Amino acid sequence: MKIILSAQTPDINSPIERRFGRCPYLLEVDTETDEWQALSNPGVGQSGGAGVAAAQLVVDQKGEAVISGDFGPNAANALKAASLPMYLYNLECTTVQQAVEQFKLGQLELFK
Amino acid sequence: MKIAIASGKGGTGKTTLATGLALSLIDQGPVWYLDCDVEAPNGHLFLKPDFSRQVQAVIPIPQIQSERCTSCGRCVEVCQFHALAKVGKKILVFPQLCHGCGSCTWNCPEGAILEIPNPIGVLESGLTPEGIYYSRGLLTVSEPMPTPIIRQLKRLETPPADAIVILDAPPGASCSVVETLRGADYVLLVSEPTPFGLHDLKQMLGIVTDMGIPSGVIINRDGIGDDRLESFLDQNSLPVLLRIPFSKELAMGLAAGDSLIRVLPEYRQGLRNMYAQILEFINQGKTS
Repeated sequence: MKIILSAQTPDINSPIERRFGRCPYLLEVDTETDEWQALSNPGVGQSGGAGVAAAQLVVDQKGEAVISGDFGPNAANALKAASLPMYLYNLECTTVQQAVEQFKLGQLELFK
Repeated sequence: MKIAIASGKGGTGKTTLATGLALSLIDQGPVWYLDCDVEAPNGHLFLKPDFSRQVQAVIPIPQIQSERCTSCGRCVEVCQFHALAKVGKKILVFPQLCHGCGSCTWNCPEGAILEIPNPIGVLESGLTPEGIYYSRGLLTVSEPMPTPIIRQLKRLETPPADAIVILDAPPGASCSVVETLRGADYVLLVSEPTPFGLHDLKQMLGIVTDMGIPSGVIINRDGIGDDRLESFLDQNSLPVLLRIPFSKELAMGLAAGDSLIRVLPEYRQGLRNMYAQILEFINQGKTS
């Protein structure tokens, strides 16, 4: 399964980034093979519409789930329209790698 | 003649100056006062116009005609504001991000986009007892975008060729100020001798230099704060066109809705002299 997480640096050991639209990087992780790649978030420097830009990237990359600290209303609407489940980092997540493990164990809360 | 009044920092006295200037010039030609601070216009408190006209300010929001749309995604590509997204075969519209620029409609190869007017506020105008034409934009609370309504306010009615148009800018140093200043012949920068006043004056000087509009500085609350503003102006050879003192009498008068020149009548001549100076400067520029 392909999941996409918001991160501060382009690395699987990056600290998590709690903002979705304004995260510097989105990390795409395959939960079966643990392969990953980092994508620059096109929304990070925009004056507006950052959440929509980040959501569009997730949709274009054919992500199957998204994980972040929170989702703004525009990003959430776009991801909902794409029927993508959104999950929230919990207090135990400090790095993206840890969050992936938490996700595999089914310990992340669904964003509604 | 179009004179804009800006400051960067809020509360430096833009409206005090702008309304005082308007009232000082009523015998020099038709005076038009455009209150471009559309999130909190307040010139009417001093000029007391009788509003006789109200029109809606709208921006055109795209509506996708699904029967014609082929989901090519061209509209999403050209929208620099990310007001459109493509999810599967569906195009999503985010009206609050839309600037109404029309790029999506223009670029759609199928002609599948209709533009629906979305109200964002009102434009109001009327005459003051002295015969000043006053108009203002009022952005609806929670609407995020002031620039389109400022643009529409400036186009609402065409001033006669000999009009003195005074544009009261919003505070800050962002898009809404740039939109107000666009097309102005001269900018009056109201500052105060405080670190914030100086910091924002520098930002405004950057903007007017970029836009190529001549400007002059007015110091309000002269006498407070420190001397950093003065030394900055000295070092950069920026002349001070006018000084308004920090005075309790003036503050009380303004709080009661009296204008600068009603509380301190000697400023009427000061403002007229300043205007004459600006006119001379502009005319020199035109002949040289």
